[in-house]
Amino acid sequence: MMQHVADEVRPALPDSNPRVKKSLWARVWKERWLYALLLPGIVYFVIFKYFPMWGVLMAFQNYKPHKGMWNSEWVGFEHFSRFFGETQFWMLFRNTLILAVYDLVIFFPITIILALLLNEIRNELFKRTVQTLVYVPHFLSWVVIVGITYILLTTEEGTINRMIVALGGEPVPFLFSKEWFRPLIILQMIWKDAGWGTIIFLAALAGVNVQLYEAARMDGANRFQLLWHITLPSIRSIIVILLILRLGNFLDLGFEQIFLMLNAMNREVGEVFDTYVYRVGLIQGQFSYSAAVGLFKSVVGLILVAGANTLAKKFGEEGIY
Amino acid sequence: MVQDKTIMSRLFDAANHSFLFLIAVLTVLPFLYVIVSSFGSMDDWIPKKFTLSAYQYIFSTNTFLRSLQVSVYITIVGTAFSLLFTSLTAYALSHKHLPGRKGFMLLVLFTMFFSGGMIPTYFVVRSVGLLNTLWSLMIPGMISAYYLIILKSFFQQLPEELKESAKIDGCHELGILWRIILPLSLPAMAAFGLFYAVGLWNQYFSAILYINDSTKWPVQVLLRQIVVLSSGGFGDSTQISQDSVAFYGQSIKMAVVVVATVPILLVYPFLQKHFAKGVLLGSIKE
Repeated sequence: MMQHVADEVRPALPDSNPRVKKSLWARVWKERWLYALLLPGIVYFVIFKYFPMWGVLMAFQNYKPHKGMWNSEWVGFEHFSRFFGETQFWMLFRNTLILAVYDLVIFFPITIILALLLNEIRNELFKRTVQTLVYVPHFLSWVVIVGITYILLTTEEGTINRMIVALGGEPVPFLFSKEWFRPLIILQMIWKDAGWGTIIFLAALAGVNVQLYEAARMDGANRFQLLWHITLPSIRSIIVILLILRLGNFLDLGFEQIFLMLNAMNREVGEVFDTYVYRVGLIQGQFSYSAAVGLFKSVVGLILVAGANTLAKKFGEEGIY
Repeated sequence: MVQDKTIMSRLFDAANHSFLFLIAVLTVLPFLYVIVSSFGSMDDWIPKKFTLSAYQYIFSTNTFLRSLQVSVYITIVGTAFSLLFTSLTAYALSHKHLPGRKGFMLLVLFTMFFSGGMIPTYFVVRSVGLLNTLWSLMIPGMISAYYLIILKSFFQQLPEELKESAKIDGCHELGILWRIILPLSLPAMAAFGLFYAVGLWNQYFSAILYINDSTKWPVQVLLRQIVVLSSGGFGDSTQISQDSVAFYGQSIKMAVVVVATVPILLVYPFLQKHFAKGVLLGSIKE
């Protein structure tokens, strides 16, 4: 078999076909300056994106930093089976899943409704002013968003709790309770990104053919019928594709935000895969185990994105790759 | 859009206007409250008299000034590096006849869907010697694959004849990029520069991961220490020294929030102008 393949390949090998070799080499040589411009970028991707992918092999070792990748002991899937056996695994899975569901049934519809309402405004100045204001929080850092949340909500001196006390109520431990964790996360997400999320819908809505509306008006349709029969169908495909993309990315949901909101009191409902990797890996020093958890997350994420893309194509959309 | 004068329709318009007005106000209200209260005295939750004492205090501490310097430095230098290398790479990849172009594109694209994860990346950053240096905040995220691809398509849309004629005149590739492509792409470069700068200014997690030395913390990390950790948030106790858990008055926390946000608000009108043109959506036509 090997022999056969080698024979087949031989005629195409560069040294026996100087013309092909020369033209490819000549083309490469001609573009040597372009390759020089490309080099730093490629080196960047190789070192900071592909070296870590190779380094993820430490998930199958008992990696010791002083021994390095080459001399650390190989343990196969030991860390993975440990992780799947931990009660932590189901906790992380459940926490991630619940936040993803909240995201899909609360955050996502709100962006659509907001876009539809904005689209009904005919006064351009008013519309643009509202847009300008609701886009602002998107550009603030998560530290600032969470910082403001803390300023308003801490139990002792938070503004809201001082108001509650001034009105004769009992202070509520918003930031240090299991019950309030998820509502706060979703509220922050809405505050930061619901306005920003309308952009893509508004762009789609701006592209709807005005003649459709005129024709429907001739037939006696009222505004709500126009909304239902023309506006909504025209953004249906965008809704489907964004929904699928969000499904595909749900493991990455809000890590920076959740990391800031976590504390000992709400960890049980708040810990997700990435915060667990950070705590177990870099704080407790279980490098290989946490790399295994991270790898599990990356692989599931890749499968979800690929699946989501296939699904999008089934719906007749373009997909993302 | 459509003129509709029925009572129901007018009622809806009135309700819709008031609702959106309310939403817009609610969106900026928490932030406005923080700005206004930062000029109040320590213990007022409704500011009673105007004072700059919170700002005087934070600007008198070395910790705060140093972290502000760090943030400004990494934002300026980091943006310059990011823009330079993103545009060099995008320009090279915009040549459709470049041998191996497809392979390089695949190399870039794949990183958008899969990564080695936090721990292996940490060890790479450590082994190239960036740990505990400000470079660790600028280099590991230097090129965004997403911006790179958008910029590449932007370069491809520029008329081919421009490059051809420059080549005939004996212009070097770098010369073409510098004298012809970049001047034509200034709005796009400004937009990507702003997005990179906002990202660099706002980042905090890479500093928590890669920098132990608190004199090298950017302002976002300091803000987290002052506002979140001092109120009992995530206690990764290995990184907090005793004095950072000290008590801070509300108005000091607010003043730090304001200073950490002012640069974003300053560039916001420009951000608004650029994303309105659709740069972020990848539909660059200009």
